[in-house]
Amino acid sequence: MTVHVMTPEEVTKKVINKEELFILDVRNESDFQDWKIEGANFQYLNVPYFELLDGVEEILSKFPADKDILVVCAKEGSSVMVAEMLSEAGLTVSYLQGGMKAWSEYLEPVKVADLKDGGELYQFVRIGKGCLSYMIISNGEAAIIDATRMADVYVDFAESKKAVVTHVFDTHLHADHISGGRMIAEKTKATYWLPPKDAEEVVFSYEPLEDGNEVMVGRTPIRIHAMYSPGHTIGSTSFVVDDQFLMTGDILFIDSIGRPDLAGKAEDWVGDLRETLYTRYKELSEELVVLPAHFMIIDELNEDGSVSEKLGVLYAKNHGLNVADEAAFRKLVTENLPPQPNAYQEIRKTNMGKTTPDTEQQREMEIGPNRCAVR
Amino acid sequence: MNTDKFLDAKGLACPMPIVRTKKAMDELSSGQVLEVHATDKGAKNDITAWVQSGGHELLKQEEENDVLKFWIQKG
Repeated sequence: MTVHVMTPEEVTKKVINKEELFILDVRNESDFQDWKIEGANFQYLNVPYFELLDGVEEILSKFPADKDILVVCAKEGSSVMVAEMLSEAGLTVSYLQGGMKAWSEYLEPVKVADLKDGGELYQFVRIGKGCLSYMIISNGEAAIIDATRMADVYVDFAESKKAVVTHVFDTHLHADHISGGRMIAEKTKATYWLPPKDAEEVVFSYEPLEDGNEVMVGRTPIRIHAMYSPGHTIGSTSFVVDDQFLMTGDILFIDSIGRPDLAGKAEDWVGDLRETLYTRYKELSEELVVLPAHFMIIDELNEDGSVSEKLGVLYAKNHGLNVADEAAFRKLVTENLPPQPNAYQEIRKTNMGKTTPDTEQQREMEIGPNRCAVR
Repeated sequence: MNTDKFLDAKGLACPMPIVRTKKAMDELSSGQVLEVHATDKGAKNDITAWVQSGGHELLKQEEENDVLKFWIQKG
């Protein structure tokens, strides 16, 4: 039998289409427990590759006959070895190209909407890590919001749409992933906007993003309206795009809300978070479609792979928006928080421009899920 | 530390550091110590877990200029 290669893009299609897949994850147990490829109809077997050096006979009976089998490891090498052993034993298997490293970096562009004046809005779903970023395209111009460090993906995408990147935004100083905003702005000569209260320590120049700022994209303009919405960080800023979409950054997600502790000030920022979620957003139209900067679980994906929901629906269904008692809310967002993202302090320093790790180091820092929310 | 065998696995990518470690261990007898040097970062967790599952003992582990060093006593 031959060994096949499956790309992160192909696996992503299986996630979105809720297809079946049997994953043999050959990383060690703690890495697997911490973070794995999630799919509604995926089945898993975790056996570290180093327990299979003497042969795969012992696990052969555990594979279903009627499902595609994918072998996964951290960086591909071990999965190739195990896939070859399984193939020699008579199974048809694939390995994941580039391993979890590539899985973490893959971005799936999903079109969210056509905008009023002929523009388009795309969501870039970083399926392996749960990060969401956005591109607004209108009349030959593009704006990018909350870009990941895979800067070329956005630059190439804009080029394929014959658009020039004119504005790059970060809703806040990210702690879970390294921003590609500055690099994209340097490559394209676009303006890089950051909320100044989050950017007090940054060592590069940027355009300060203030409440009420309006930025136009394209000749028949798409309006991006900045709205100060502190809570996850002190500077966190939301955007209302084309009067239809509310980009909430890490403040409000589909099934959870932002955590206030990643800059070390949970107690101070609880009040801001509550004010934003229970007062500021409440004043907006319930028809606005919320586009967050993360998803936490694969169930939050819509049928087309996008992540979005009307604000009114979130006010009805999102637990974090329905905690009437202030003390209970304070407790929810400051106690029993999930573990903090891997290397989040180093990531913050990198996003401030204080440190410049190489690509391999950046990959290591970003290992694992995003963990920016509380439910 | 007293070492019976030395394995240089520097520059090797996963899974080779462990494949070589296992081979070298197969040539030792119970109680003898293998010293391994590796640069693949994944080796840190993987060798530790492999040593446990194989019934060996990790006597010492240190890191020096990006080189991971392991002293493993055969079980």
